[in-house]
Amino acid sequence: MTTPSADDARPATAGRASAPDSDQAPQEQETHQAQAPAVGDPAGPQDANGADGLDGAQPLLRLVDIGKNFGPVRALSDITLDIPPGQVTAIVGDNGAGKSTLIKTISGIWHQDHGQILWQGRPIHLHSPKDATGLGIATVYQDLALCDNLDIVQNMFLGQEPVRHWQLDEISMEKTAKRTLADLSVVTIRSVRQPVGSLSGGQRQAVAVAKAVMRQARLVILDEPTAALGVTQTRVVLDLIRRLKSQNIAVIVISHNLTDVMSVADRIAVLRLGSLVAVGPKSQFDAESVVDLMTTGTSKRLAAEPAEVSHPAGQSSGSSSEH
Amino acid sequence: MSTEVEEPPSGAADADEIASEAAAVAAPDVIADSLGEYVKIWLARVRGGDSGALPVLLGLAAIVIYFQARSSLFLSAGNLVNLMTQAAWIVLLGMAEVFVLLLGEIDLSIGYTSAIGATFTCWLLVPPNPWPWPIAVLVGLAVPAIFGGLEGLIITRLRLPSFVVTLAGQLLALGLLLEVMDWAAPGSGGTIRLYSNVLSDIEGGAMSPLAGWIVMIAAVALAGTLFVVRDSRRRASNLAAPPASVTALKIVLMAVAGVVVVLIGNTNRGVAVAVRGVPWVVLLILVVVVAYSFLLGRTRFGRYMYAIGGNAEAARRAGINLSRIRVAAFVLAGLTAGIMGIVYASYLGSVSTNVPGGQNVLYAVAAAVIGGTSLFGGRGKMLGAVLGGVIVAVIYNGLELLGLGAAAQYMWTAAVLLAAVTVDTVARRGRSTT
Repeated sequence: MTTPSADDARPATAGRASAPDSDQAPQEQETHQAQAPAVGDPAGPQDANGADGLDGAQPLLRLVDIGKNFGPVRALSDITLDIPPGQVTAIVGDNGAGKSTLIKTISGIWHQDHGQILWQGRPIHLHSPKDATGLGIATVYQDLALCDNLDIVQNMFLGQEPVRHWQLDEISMEKTAKRTLADLSVVTIRSVRQPVGSLSGGQRQAVAVAKAVMRQARLVILDEPTAALGVTQTRVVLDLIRRLKSQNIAVIVISHNLTDVMSVADRIAVLRLGSLVAVGPKSQFDAESVVDLMTTGTSKRLAAEPAEVSHPAGQSSGSSSEH
Repeated sequence: MSTEVEEPPSGAADADEIASEAAAVAAPDVIADSLGEYVKIWLARVRGGDSGALPVLLGLAAIVIYFQARSSLFLSAGNLVNLMTQAAWIVLLGMAEVFVLLLGEIDLSIGYTSAIGATFTCWLLVPPNPWPWPIAVLVGLAVPAIFGGLEGLIITRLRLPSFVVTLAGQLLALGLLLEVMDWAAPGSGGTIRLYSNVLSDIEGGAMSPLAGWIVMIAAVALAGTLFVVRDSRRRASNLAAPPASVTALKIVLMAVAGVVVVLIGNTNRGVAVAVRGVPWVVLLILVVVVAYSFLLGRTRFGRYMYAIGGNAEAARRAGINLSRIRVAAFVLAGLTAGIMGIVYASYLGSVSTNVPGGQNVLYAVAAAVIGGTSLFGGRGKMLGAVLGGVIVAVIYNGLELLGLGAAAQYMWTAAVLLAAVTVDTVARRGRSTT
C-alpha cells in the first residue's frame, strides 16, 4: 500500500464535508460547471476541492481512494470518482484496466482493501450484493443472469415473488412487469409470458435492465451492455439507457465501444492499469483522446485543458507502476 | 460489432416475423387470440421441436394399436384396469424422479429406499399387535424421505455429483433393506405380507361405480372452474388469457379422458363374480399429481426449482438458497418413493428383498424423460411423468400379455427411452441455436 498519506486525508475530509449537503436533485448544470472535477489519482488537494465543488450537487455515489489488491497484483489504486444522479457515466479502459474490479466493488461482490464508498453522502459498507441492491444499486452483468427456461415475468421477479393465498400472485407480477417494460419503452416484446430463451440479445438486455429498475434502483450498472449485439440491437439498448436517465436513474456503463460511449454518456471516466487517468464531461473528450488515455494514460489533445486530466504518467513512480 | 447475433426485424413489416418467432417458443396460451391462432401457434411449436405431449400421445397410440393387433385381450376392461395398477407405481416413481431431474440431478437410490419404507410399513402392521395403518404409512414415507435428505446434504455440502452419491445410495439402500428385513422378520425368507386391508385396497380394491362417476365429475368440474376463474381474473386485470374456446376444449378433453377411465373401470371384469369400479390407486395418483403440480407451478419453491435447473448462477444471484432447494428436492423424491413403495407393496401384497430396485429406478427415469422432463434440468412436468409412466407400463403389460419375457421388455423400454432422450436433446439443441 504505497498510498501517500496526504492522499488519504484529502478525500476523506472532502467526503465528510459534502455529506450534509442537500439531497440528490438532478443537476443538469453539473456537466457544464464541472470543469474542474477531473480527479485523477494522487492528483493533489486542489482536485479535491474541485471534486467537492461538483457545483454543490451531492453525487449519488462517491468513491474515495478505492484500492483493491489481489495478492501482489494491484487491481485498483486510489480511485476517486463521483457518480452524479440522473446521468450516464461511462467507465472505459482497456482489458485489465480495472473496470470489472471497480464495478464489483460497487455492487458488493467484494470489499475494497482501502478507501471509502459514500452513498448519498453517507459512508457505506457493502458486504454482499444484497447490501448494494438494498441501497438501490443494481448491476446487470454481461451474462445477464437470466433463466432461459423461465418467462419474462418469472425472470423479473425471481427471488422476489409476491405470494397471495398460498400461491404466487401471477397477476400482480405480470402487471408490474408489463408496466415496467412499458416505462422503459420496450415495445418489441410480444408477450411477457415468452420464455427468455426466445428473446433477441437486445430484448434480453432490456429484460435484465427492467428487472433491475423494477426493484427501485437508483443506480444501474451495465457491464458491456452492447458487447454481443448487432447494430439495431445496440440502438435498442442505448435508447434504454437514455430512458433510464430520463427517469432520473443514474447509470454506469462499462464499455469497450467508444461509439456507444460517445453517443450515450454524459461523463466519461478512463481507467488504465487500475488507475483513474481522466474523468469529466463528455464534451472534454473525443474518441481519439479517449483511446490515447486508455492506451498511454495521456493525450496530447487534452494538453490544452490540463485541469481535465491528471497524468499518472507524470508521477507513475508512485502508484501506476505495475509491480 | 458481433455478427453472430441475428439482427432483429425492424419496422412494422417484420412484425409478423417477430410473431412467428415468438410463436415458435412461447406457450400458445398466452399469445393466441382465437382457437385458430392457437392451433397455428401450436403447430409452429411442434415444428420448432417443442411439441409438448404430442409425440408422447402419438407414440402411446401406436404402441396400443400394435398390442391390440397382436392380442385382442389388450384393450379388454380387465387388462386395462390391470394396466392402471401396473402404471401406478411406475408413474409414482417417475414423479419422484422429476423432482431431481428438474434440477439437473438424478436419484438412483429410490428403487430400494422405497422398499425400505414399505418394509417398515408392512412390519408395523404385522399381527398380533399392529400399529394403526396411518402411523405405519407415515413411517414408510418418512424413512425414504430422510434417506433422500441425507443424500441431498452430502451432494450439496460436499459438492459431489448426485449420480455417484445416489449410486452409492442405491447399494447402501439395498444393504439396509436386507438388514432391516432380517431384523424385522427373521427367518421369513425376506418377505413380509401386507396385513392392512386399507392399504391392500389401494391397488386391489375399487371405488363403487357410482363413486367413480362422482369423483370424476367433481374433479372435472373443479378443474374446469379453476380454469375459467383464472382466465376471467386475468381478463379482468387486462392480461392476455387463452381464448374461451381453447379453455372449453381443454375441459372437454379432460372430461372425455375421465369418462373413458370411469367407463373402463366400471365395466365388469370379473369372470365368475362381477367386479366393477375404478381402482383406488387412480384417485391416489390424481391427488398426488394435482398436489405436486401445484407445488411446482404455483409456489415459490417450484419456481426456484425451475430457476435452478435453468440457470443455477442466476438463481443464486437472485438470492435463492440453492442448497436448501436441492436438499428439499431429494427429500420430496424420497417421500414420493415412499408412496410408491407402499403402492408397490399393495400391488404385490407383500414386500420383499427381491424387489428389482435398480430396474424400477431406470423405469422411473424412463417414465420422466419420456414424459418430457429434460435430463439437463429446468424443463418437465408432473403430468408428463404420468404419460411417460403409462407408456412404460403399456410396454411392460403388452409384452407380458404376448407371452414375451423380460428380454423383450428390457429392449423395448430401452428403445423408447432412447427415442425420448433423443427428442429431448434435439429439442434442446434447436432451442439453444435460436
